[in-house]
Amino acid sequence: MAQGIAKAPLPDQRNLAWYVDKTVQVLVFVGGISAILLILGIFVFITKEGMGFITQTLDIGEFFTSPNWRPTSENRPTYGALALIAGTASVTGLAMLVAVPFSLGAAIFIGEFATGKTREILKILVEMLAAIPSVVWGFIGLSIMNPLIIDLFNVPVGLNVLNSGLILGLMAAPIMTTLAEDALKAVPDGYREAAEAMGATRWQVIFRVVFPAAKNGLVAAVLLGVGRGFGETMAVLMASGHSINIPTSPFDSVRALTATIAAELGETAVGSDHYRALFTLGIFLFAITFLINLTADLVVRGPRKR
Amino acid sequence: MFEATELNHRNQRTEKLWRLLFLMMTLLLILPVAVILTVLVVKGGPSLSIDFLFTEPTQGMTAGGILPALVGTVWLVVVALIASVPIGVAAALYLSEYAPDNWLTRIINLAIINLAGVPSIVHALFGVGAFVAFFRFGTSILAASLTLAVMTLPVVIVSTREALKAVPQAFREACWNMGATRWQTIRKVVLPNSVSGILTGVILEVSRTAGETAPIMFTGAAFFLPFLPQSVYDQTMALSLHLFVVSTQVPDVPEGLPFGVALVLIGLVLSMNAVSIGFRMVLRGKKKW
Amino acid sequence: MVTPTRDRQPKVQVRDLSIHYGGKAALAGATFEIHEHEIFGIIGPAGSGKTSFLRAMNRMDLFNPAMEVGGEISMDGKDVRKWKNVYALRRRIGVVFPLPVGLPMSIYENVALAPRLGGTRKRADLDVIVERCLTRAALWDEVKDRLDSLGSLLSGGQQQRLTIARALSQEPELLLLDEFSIAVDPVTTMKIEDVLKELRQELTIVLVTNLVQQARRLADRTAFFLTGELVEVAPTEDLFTGGASDERTTAYVEGRFG
Repeated sequence: MAQGIAKAPLPDQRNLAWYVDKTVQVLVFVGGISAILLILGIFVFITKEGMGFITQTLDIGEFFTSPNWRPTSENRPTYGALALIAGTASVTGLAMLVAVPFSLGAAIFIGEFATGKTREILKILVEMLAAIPSVVWGFIGLSIMNPLIIDLFNVPVGLNVLNSGLILGLMAAPIMTTLAEDALKAVPDGYREAAEAMGATRWQVIFRVVFPAAKNGLVAAVLLGVGRGFGETMAVLMASGHSINIPTSPFDSVRALTATIAAELGETAVGSDHYRALFTLGIFLFAITFLINLTADLVVRGPRKR
Repeated sequence: MFEATELNHRNQRTEKLWRLLFLMMTLLLILPVAVILTVLVVKGGPSLSIDFLFTEPTQGMTAGGILPALVGTVWLVVVALIASVPIGVAAALYLSEYAPDNWLTRIINLAIINLAGVPSIVHALFGVGAFVAFFRFGTSILAASLTLAVMTLPVVIVSTREALKAVPQAFREACWNMGATRWQTIRKVVLPNSVSGILTGVILEVSRTAGETAPIMFTGAAFFLPFLPQSVYDQTMALSLHLFVVSTQVPDVPEGLPFGVALVLIGLVLSMNAVSIGFRMVLRGKKKW
Repeated sequence: MVTPTRDRQPKVQVRDLSIHYGGKAALAGATFEIHEHEIFGIIGPAGSGKTSFLRAMNRMDLFNPAMEVGGEISMDGKDVRKWKNVYALRRRIGVVFPLPVGLPMSIYENVALAPRLGGTRKRADLDVIVERCLTRAALWDEVKDRLDSLGSLLSGGQQQRLTIARALSQEPELLLLDEFSIAVDPVTTMKIEDVLKELRQELTIVLVTNLVQQARRLADRTAFFLTGELVEVAPTEDLFTGGASDERTTAYVEGRFG
C-alpha cells in the first residue's frame, strides 16, 4: 500500500499545530472579552471625568428639579437638568407615539400578510431606512420639515418637539419593525396552523395567538426603540430648536440631554466644571440606556433561561 | 348554513380591512422617506458635479466642493476598519467556535448588546476621555477612528457571528474527527465558507461608520481645514460633520450646497448598504451544500 | 478469520466504560478488548450504546459538554483521555458515521485535507493518496473525471464513500465504522466490504452495524450491546452457530427482536 508515503504514526507530543491552536484560542478569547473591557472602559472613563464634579460641585437635588441649565453664568453657574430631561422625554415620547403603532403594524404586515417578493422588498426598504445617517435626518428636519411645519401650523418656528419627535419616530421605526418582525417570526408556525385549523381568521390568529406568544419580543423591540430615541444626538440637536425649556405644547422648542453635550463640549475647557458637568450628563445617559438594554435583554431571555 | 356563510363573509371583510390597515401603516413609514429622498435629489442634484466632489471649499465654505471632507471620511472609515475588523472577527470566532455556554459568555453577549445601545454622544465622551486625553492621541484621525471602531464593533461581531453560525456543525466535526485542530478547522472549512458573509457585515459597517457624526465631533473631525490629512495624527474634515457645519454653523450658504452634501453622504451610505444587501442575495442563491 | 485472534496484542482495552448524556446513561460498565488486525463487530438495536462507544474512543466527548465518560479506554496501553495532544490521537483513528458529510471543497481536497494537515505537500504524493483512497472507497471510477467539483454536492451514497475515503486518507491504525452502508447501494456495499477484508492486514477495524449479517460476513469477533449494557463478546461464528452464552444474543442474531 504505497509504503513510500506512509509515515510513522504521530507521536503523542504537542507539535506546532497544537501550539498554534492554543495561541489562536488565547487571541480570540481576548477578542471575545474586548466587548466587556470596552463597556467597562466607557464607564470608567466617563466616570473618571465626571465623578469629581458629582462629589464636589453638583447639587443632586438641583440637577433633577431645576430647569436652569446655566453652566456658563459668570456669578453663579447652575446645573439643573430638568428641562433637558423634559426635552429628551418629550421628543422621545412623541417619537414613540408615532413609531410604536406604525412599527408594529408594519411588522405584522411584513411578517404575517406579505409574501414572497413583496415581503423581500419591504424588508430591504426597512433595512435601507435604518441606514440613513442621523445627521441627514437632522438636516431633513432643518431644511424640509421646518418650513413645512411653519406653513402648515402657522407657527413662527418649526424646530420643535413636533419636528424632532417625527424625525426621531421615523428613525426609530425601522429598527423596531425589524425587531418586532423577528419576535413574530419566532412564534412557531404550529401555533398559527392549530388556530387556523380551529376556524380562526388570520387577524384572530394574530391578535389572540401570535401577539400573546410574541409579547416579550415585542416589548423588547419597543424598549430598544426607546433606548435608540433617548440616545439619538445629531437629529435632535438639529431639529428640536435648541432652547432650554420645559415644553407645554408640541410647538415648543426644546433641548435634549444628548444635544446639550454635543453643542457645549467643544466650548469648554478640559477639566472645568462645565466640562465635567457634561460628562455627568453622559453618565446619566449611559446609566439610563444601560438599564433599558438590560431590561430588554431580561424580557427576552428571562423566561427562557430561568 | 346561511349564517355560517354570512359570518364567513364578514370575517373575510374584516380580514381585508386589517390587511389594508397594516399595509397603510407600512407604507406610511416608507413613503415619507421616499418623498424626502426625492426632495434631496431635486434640490441637491444641481449642485453635484465632478468639480463639487474634487475641489476644496472656498469663500468660507459657501462655495466650492467637498474634497477634503470626502477624503477625510475615507481616512476615518479605513482606520476604523483596521481597528475594529480584527477584534470583531476574533470576538465572533470566540463566541461561535470556542465559547462554552457559561456565565462569561452570557456577560460577553450582554456587553455587546449594551455596547450597541450606548448613545453615540457617550461614545464621543469616551473617545475624548480615553483616546484624546488619556492615550494622548490628541484630536486626530486616530482618536476619531478608534471611537468609531468601538461604536461599530458590535456590528462586526454580530454579523460575523451569524456568518460563522451558518456553517453547519457537521463540517466542523468531520474535520475534528480527522485530527484537525480547532484552528485548522476554522482556517480550512469555517472561514472559507463564511468569508463572504463576514464581508457583507464589514460593508454594512462601512456604511454605518461613514455616516456617524457625534463620535467624531470632538475627537478628530474639524469644521474646516485647508489641507488634506497626511497621517493618522492629523485632524480631518468629514462628510457627515461637513453637512452639520454647512447647514447650521455657516451663514449665507446657498440652499443647494448643503443639499448637495447631504445627497453625496446619503448616496455613499445607501450604496454601500445596497452592495451589502446585493452581496447577501447573491450568496443566498449560491448554495454550496 | 483463519488466524486465531487471541494470540494477538490487544489494540484497544475498554475497562468499566460508562457514558452519560446529561445524567442519562447510554452505556454502563462495559469491559472488553479489541485485538490488533481484527475486524471487531458491534451489533445491537438502536439506543444500545454502540455509537456512544465510538464517540468516546475518538474523544468526541470534547465536542459535547453534556457527554460524560467514566472508566477507561486505552489504545496501545494508553488511556485516550491522557493524551497530551488529542489531535494526534484523532489522526490515528479514522471514523465514518452514518450521516455522510462531504466537506464544501473539491472532491480532491476532501481527501487531500488530512495528508496536507499532516505535512504532505508534494502534489504527486497527494495525487497517489487521493487515487488510492477513492479507489478503496469504490468511488474513484465515478469521480475521477471531476475531482474539482464540490464534495458537498455529491449524492448521499457518494458522499458516504467520500467520507470513507477521507477516513482512509489519514492512514489510521484504527478505523471506526458506524453503519457505513446505510446510504450505500448493495453492490457498492459489497465492494467496500471486500476492501475492509483486505485492510485488516494493515489496521484494526471496529464495525458498528445494525445488519447482523454484515457482522457475520466481516467480523472476527462480535460484541452484542443492548440498552447500554455489553451482553457478551465472542468469536462471530460462535454467536451465529448457537454458541452464544446469553439467550438474548441468540434471540437478536436470529432476528427475534431488534
